[in-house]
Amino acid sequence: MTSLSITDAYVSTEIRPAQKAPSAKRAPVLKALFGDFLSAVLSIGAIAVVLSLLPALKWGVVDASWAVGDPAACRSGGACWAFIGAKLRFILFGLYPPDEQWRPIIVMALILVMVLVSLSPSLWGRKLVVAWSAAIAIMLGLMWGGFAGMAFVPTSQWGGLPVTLLLALLSLGLGFPFAIFLALGRRSKLPIPRLLSVGLIETIRGLPLVGLLFVASILLPLLLPPSWTIDKLGRTFAALTVFAAAYLAEVIRGGLQAIPAGQIEAAKALGIPHWKAIPYIVLPQAIQKVIPPLTNTAIIMVKNTSLVMIVGVFDMLSASRSAAMDPVWPAPYAEAYLFVGLIYFAICVGISYYARWLEMRVKAKDYR
Amino acid sequence: MTSLDQTAAVGEAAISIKNVDKWYGNYHALRNVNLSVGPGERIVICGPSGSGKSTLIRCVNHLEEHQRGEIIVNGVTLNDSLKNIDAIRRDVGMVFQHFNLFPHLSVLENCALPQILSRGAPRKLAEERGMQFLERVRIPEQAQKYPGQLSGGQQQRVAIARALCMAPKVMLFDEPTSALDPEMVKEVLDTMVSLAEEGMTMIVVTHEMGFARRVADRVVFMDQGAIVESNVPDLFFDAPSNERTRNFLSQIVH
Repeated sequence: MTSLSITDAYVSTEIRPAQKAPSAKRAPVLKALFGDFLSAVLSIGAIAVVLSLLPALKWGVVDASWAVGDPAACRSGGACWAFIGAKLRFILFGLYPPDEQWRPIIVMALILVMVLVSLSPSLWGRKLVVAWSAAIAIMLGLMWGGFAGMAFVPTSQWGGLPVTLLLALLSLGLGFPFAIFLALGRRSKLPIPRLLSVGLIETIRGLPLVGLLFVASILLPLLLPPSWTIDKLGRTFAALTVFAAAYLAEVIRGGLQAIPAGQIEAAKALGIPHWKAIPYIVLPQAIQKVIPPLTNTAIIMVKNTSLVMIVGVFDMLSASRSAAMDPVWPAPYAEAYLFVGLIYFAICVGISYYARWLEMRVKAKDYR
Repeated sequence: MTSLDQTAAVGEAAISIKNVDKWYGNYHALRNVNLSVGPGERIVICGPSGSGKSTLIRCVNHLEEHQRGEIIVNGVTLNDSLKNIDAIRRDVGMVFQHFNLFPHLSVLENCALPQILSRGAPRKLAEERGMQFLERVRIPEQAQKYPGQLSGGQQQRVAIARALCMAPKVMLFDEPTSALDPEMVKEVLDTMVSLAEEGMTMIVVTHEMGFARRVADRVVFMDQGAIVESNVPDLFFDAPSNERTRNFLSQIVH
């Protein structure tokens, strides 16, 4: 074509078949790492950080002593992993009678099974709530004992990982429905539920958890009549639950606010009573919108359970600290805390990946 | 053609709106509105933005509350009684500008769950009925998808099916095609036309004048919260009596 007309420029005469996108350009490794000033600085910084960790690696692996049951070998200066091996049962189960420790093991297995079963939202429903209630009753029954030939173990002897897991699970599990009512109450048009919710949420959010735990474990028994003896674990659990509820309530309120008014209007126009529209139409959407901050609160609550140590509840962190105090061993606090830290890390990473997966599922429905 | 009589006797009217006033705060949104809609009658309401069209039909099923006057739907007076409001909503279906489908439910669930929640229908029957109406709006193949995966036109047809599942006697349409891409307007209007042909009582707020001409028994023009003109489509479009109607029509009819 020698001369151009207007139509040549604007009109395509045929529909062109779709073509493959060109492959993404990738810089060579060296150029990517040191190509410009900023990259070079960051790369050198990263290398320096890795190098600075080498002594820790030497301490933790090369110089470490692994021989189980030999405190003397730990005097060499390396990490004393032998200590973890020797004290594993104490860290995991605290003061729980050693002969009865199969019971907390079953409890933890049950928790694991129930959590795995509950992962898929397609199974969420009334049956699962019933299953969880039954499972928790069995767990508590196993922990307490006192029937079917099992020795009675008071909560003062419970300890370690089962206590951490039970406190986290139950405070979140019971805090959540409580939080839903608080969040709905806070948005209610009726003054009394609204004021009660606002008062409770703001009071609890205004207090540090440590303070709340002290109130629950020390002040409460002084205020209540002496015949009302609620045990210490129960009181700390109550404190954790209200604390979780207040924070979860604010997260859920955020989700409720994000629901367009049209959703409620549609429900009204369809004749759906308000008290049914809330659980079936509003809450599922509200909660799906706030999965990331809910995850955040869940992870914070798992780690917050370690604060019960200060009121003398024997969770996993307290157990590991007591274990490290054993004079037979050369004060292996770092090892004890690293080990416990690893367990917390595993739990929290698990929660966060699960939440990411949940979010992907929600996105698959292509919400606006 | 139905008669020009705009004040059918209350006993016959499906909807009777009498001397209705409504304020949003201090803003006088509806000003002494009177409209009575006979059974099987199709009313199209048009008018400039902010003229009170949507407010008027939203008062009919009590999504908005009128402060003065009387609204009677199928013999039930709309007042503070929750029983009456429920009874009226049972008879009145509504389709919204932005569809307002429930995004967390599949298309079929959108149709089935409201029947279960508001009528206590057994799930199996509710789903069968849902499928039946999805077939009516010609999208049964989308039943398992989620609203966000459908086009605007398809979503609006689902919304119509969802409303029809409740067996309404009256359907309210609040600008059902205003949020749609142009090529999707027709599929929704076609659905509405076939509904009209079956004798459904309809009040439609729309600017689709072709639809009004073809389907409406009466076209009502609102301005500043009041009904300014009401007439059969031919006379309304060809010989509008009110100055404001003429202005409005000259702006929207291309």
